[in-house]
Amino acid sequence: MSRKILEMQNINKSFPGVRALSNAQLDLHRGEVLALIGENGAGKSTLMKILTGIYQKDDGSIIYDGKEISPVHTKDAQEIGINIIHQELNLMPDLTVAENIFIGREPRDKLNFFLKNKALNQQADKLFQKLNINLNPRTKISELTVAKQQMVEIAKALSFNAKILIMDEPTAALTDKEINTLFDIIHWLKNEGVAIIYISHRMEELKRISDRITVMRDGEYIATLPTETTEIRQVVSLMVGREVKIEQKISDPDAFTDTVLEAHNLHNNYIKNVSFHLKKGEILGFAGLVGAGRTEVARAIFGADPFSGEIKVNGVPVTIKQPVDAVQHGIGYLSEDRKRFGLMLEMTVKENIVISSLANYSTAAFVKPTNMKTDAENYSNKLKVKTPSVNQPVKLLSGGNQQKIVIAKWLLKDSDILIFDEPTRGIDVGAKQEIYDLLEMLANEGKSIIMISSELTEVLRLSDRIMVMNEGRITGELLNRDANQEKIMELATRHN
Amino acid sequence: MSTLTSNPTASDQKKRLVSSGALQQILAFASLIILVIFFSIASKNFLQWSNIEGILLSTTVIGILALGTTFVIITGGIDLSIGTGMTLTSVMTGVFIVFLGLPVILGIIGGIVTGALIGFISGFSVSILRIPPFIATLAMMMIAEGLSLVISGASPIYFSDVGGFNNIALGSIFPGSIPNAVLIFFLMVLIGWILLSKTIIGRYTFSIGSNEEATRLSGINVKKWKMIIYTIAGCFTGVAGVIMASRLNSAQPALGMGYELEAIAAVVIGGTSLSGGKGSLIGTMIGALIMSVLTNGLRIMSIPQEWQTVVIGFVILLAVYFDMLRKKDR
Ligand SMILES: Nc1ncnc2c1ncn2[C@@H]1O[C@H](COP(=O)(O)OP(=O)(O)OP(=O)(O)O)[C@@H](O)[C@H]1O
Ligand SMILES: [Mg+2]
Repeated sequence: MSRKILEMQNINKSFPGVRALSNAQLDLHRGEVLALIGENGAGKSTLMKILTGIYQKDDGSIIYDGKEISPVHTKDAQEIGINIIHQELNLMPDLTVAENIFIGREPRDKLNFFLKNKALNQQADKLFQKLNINLNPRTKISELTVAKQQMVEIAKALSFNAKILIMDEPTAALTDKEINTLFDIIHWLKNEGVAIIYISHRMEELKRISDRITVMRDGEYIATLPTETTEIRQVVSLMVGREVKIEQKISDPDAFTDTVLEAHNLHNNYIKNVSFHLKKGEILGFAGLVGAGRTEVARAIFGADPFSGEIKVNGVPVTIKQPVDAVQHGIGYLSEDRKRFGLMLEMTVKENIVISSLANYSTAAFVKPTNMKTDAENYSNKLKVKTPSVNQPVKLLSGGNQQKIVIAKWLLKDSDILIFDEPTRGIDVGAKQEIYDLLEMLANEGKSIIMISSELTEVLRLSDRIMVMNEGRITGELLNRDANQEKIMELATRHN
Repeated sequence: MSTLTSNPTASDQKKRLVSSGALQQILAFASLIILVIFFSIASKNFLQWSNIEGILLSTTVIGILALGTTFVIITGGIDLSIGTGMTLTSVMTGVFIVFLGLPVILGIIGGIVTGALIGFISGFSVSILRIPPFIATLAMMMIAEGLSLVISGASPIYFSDVGGFNNIALGSIFPGSIPNAVLIFFLMVLIGWILLSKTIIGRYTFSIGSNEEATRLSGINVKKWKMIIYTIAGCFTGVAGVIMASRLNSAQPALGMGYELEAIAAVVIGGTSLSGGKGSLIGTMIGALIMSVLTNGLRIMSIPQEWQTVVIGFVILLAVYFDMLRKKDR
C-alpha cells in the first residue's frame, strides 16, 4: 500500500471568461491533515469540487488509491469514500437534523419505500455519541444556530465511511469552543486513518492542525511545505507573492473630537442597555464571542430590528425605524451574512455596486448607464475584485470577492457612518490587508467606522477604541494602547 | 473532548411550534370551527344533514385537486394545469367508455392514467427541459384545454347509457350514509398523507422544496423525483376528473378552467408555503373545507355570488399574511 492515497495532476478547468485552474496539482498521504491555502479566487474550492464530482475537469488526472477516477456525481465520490463539507452550508432547513444527515440513505422497509423514522433517529444518536457531539436528531435545521448547522454538516460527512474528508473553511462561523471540538474530531479522524484536506484563511489554525501545507495562487500549484519547519510568514508570502505585515495600532485618543453617533440605552430582546458613542474619523471595534449581541446592536442602529432607546447623529436625536431612515442619516451597514442580506447573487457586479445609489445615475427615472459602468469599474479596481468584467453575475465570484462587492456598494453610496460586520470573514490574508488599508483610508477621509470582528488580531490592528460585549451587554471599553488579546477575552467572557 | 450545544429552552419550544407550521394548521382548524359556529347561528338550515352532505360533496373535486398539487407546491413548484387537466381526464374517460365501449373500470383507469401522463409531461418540462413550473404548467393548461375541446368535438359526452356511472360519485357503498365521492376524498387524504409523511417520496418532496441544490449535492436524483412528484399530482387530477364526470354524468369539455386557482387557494389557506419546504395534507383538507363552508354559508345567507368571491379573496390574503408572519418569526 503506497503512502499516497490521492494524487491530482495537471488539472485544468476553465469557466466562461475565467481560467480557474491551470495545471493544478495536489497529493495527499494517508491519515494526514493537508492544509490547502491560497487567496480568494485561487481555485481551492474549484479543485475540491472537481475531486468530488460537482465540476468536471477539462483535463488532467486524479489517481485515488492507485486507480484513476473521474467522478461525475457527488454520489460517485461518496461511494468510494471521498466526502466534502462545502464552504456554503448545504442543508435542508425544513428537515430535521437526522433527516439531513441520512438523506438518500434513510432506513427503509423491505419495499425500499416506507421510511423507518425511529431507526433513523437512533442511527443519528449513535453517530453523535461516537463523535461526542450533543445534538438532537429531531430538531429542525432552521432552529439551529449557524455553528450548530456546521456541526450537522460535519456529522453528515463523517457518517459516510470517509477515507478522504475535505473541509472548505469549516471554522468561518464557529466559536472558539466549537473550533476546539472540531479539532478534537479531526485528531480522532486522523487516528482512524482518514486523510483530511483542510481549507482555511485563518493562518493560526494551520500550525495547530495541519501536517503539510499546499499553497495555490491564481489557479496554479505553488508549493507544498511541511508545517513543522515552516513559518506562517513564509506561507503567506508564497500565497500573495509579497510580504504582509500585521501589527497593533496605537492612536492618540485626543485626535478625535466631534461625536457623530451616540447611542443611549439601546434595548430589545437581544441587547440590554447598550450605550456608546462614535467620533468622526474613528474606527470603533466591537469585540466579543460569536453570539455576544454585536450584530444585534448594528441591526438596531441600522433600523433592521425594533428597539427602545435613543440615537443621536451629529448631536441631533433621530428616529430610526427602518433601514431607509438609517441610510438617510448617512449610515451604511455591511451585513455579516452577505449571501442573505448583502447581495443580489443573480445580478452582475455592476448592478450590485450601484444598486443603492441608483438615484445618482438617473434623470427623471431614466438610468444613465455610462457613468454607472465607469464607477462600478473604478470601485471594483480599487478593491481589486477578481472578475473578468463588471458584467459577471456575482454568484460566479469566489466568496472573498463577493464581500468586496458589498463594500464597494456602500463606498459608492458615500455613507458617513459605516458599520462593518465581520468585514473579512472568508477573505484571504492578502485581501484582508487591502480591506484594512481601505478602512484606514476611509477613516482618514473623515468617515466614522464601527467594525465588528471576531478575530482579535484584526480588532487590535484596526481599532482606535474597542467595545467588548457579552450576552447582549457591553462589558468594557478599551483604548487601543491599553488593549491586548487577554484583556479582551477576559471582558468577552465576563458576566455582569 | 468538549461538547457543544445547550438544552432547548422554553422559547426554543415555542419557536418550534410556530415554525413547524403546527400553528398555521391549528389556526386553519380554528377558523373552520368558528365559521361553522357562525353560519349555524346565522342560519338554522346550515347544520342540516342534507346541507352538510352538500358541503362535503362540493369539497371533493377541488379538494382532491388541492391534495395533489400540495406535493408540487411543497417542492417549491406550482401546477396550473390541474383544472383543465381534470377536464381532459373526464373527456378521456368518456372516450374510453362511451366512444370505445370499454368496461367502466378500464375507463376509470384510463382517466387516471391520462392524468398521470399530464403530470409526467409537466414534470418532464420542469426538470429535464428546465422550464420554470409556472410557464411549463401554464402551457400544459392550454394544451389540455384545447385537447379536451378537440377530442370531444366541443360538446359534452353523456354517460346516460352507461348503467350506474353516476353512482361512482353519488351512490354510497354503505347505503344511506355519505356519498362515495366523499369517501374517496377522505381515502385520497389518507393515501396522500401516507405518501407525504411515511415514504421516501414525501421526504424528497420536502427536501427539494427546502433546498434543491443541497438535495442534489447530497446525491439525490432531483430530476427523477420531481417527475415522480408531478406524476403523482397528475394521478390526483385523474381521480378528480373521474369524480367530476360521474357527478355530472357527463364529461363537460368547457368546464375546469379556474379550478386550479381554487385548489391552490385551498392549499395556501391550509398553511402550505408557496416558497416550498413546508406544508401538510391535513392542512390542505381543512383549507378545502373552509372554502366550501364559506361558499355554502354565504349562499345560505343569500349573499350574492360576486360577494362570495370577494370574501374568499380576502381569506386568501389573510392566510398568506399569516404565512409571512410565521417566516418573519424566525
Ligand atoms: N461556476 C463558476 N462559473 C464561473 N466562474 C467560476 C465558477 N466557480 C468559480 N469560478 C471562478 O473560478 C475562480 C476560482 O474560484 P474558487 O471558488 O475555486 O476560489 P477559492 O480559492 O475557493 O476562493 P475563496 O477563498 O474566496 O473561497 C474564481 O475566479 C471564481 O470567480
Ligand atoms: Mg472557496
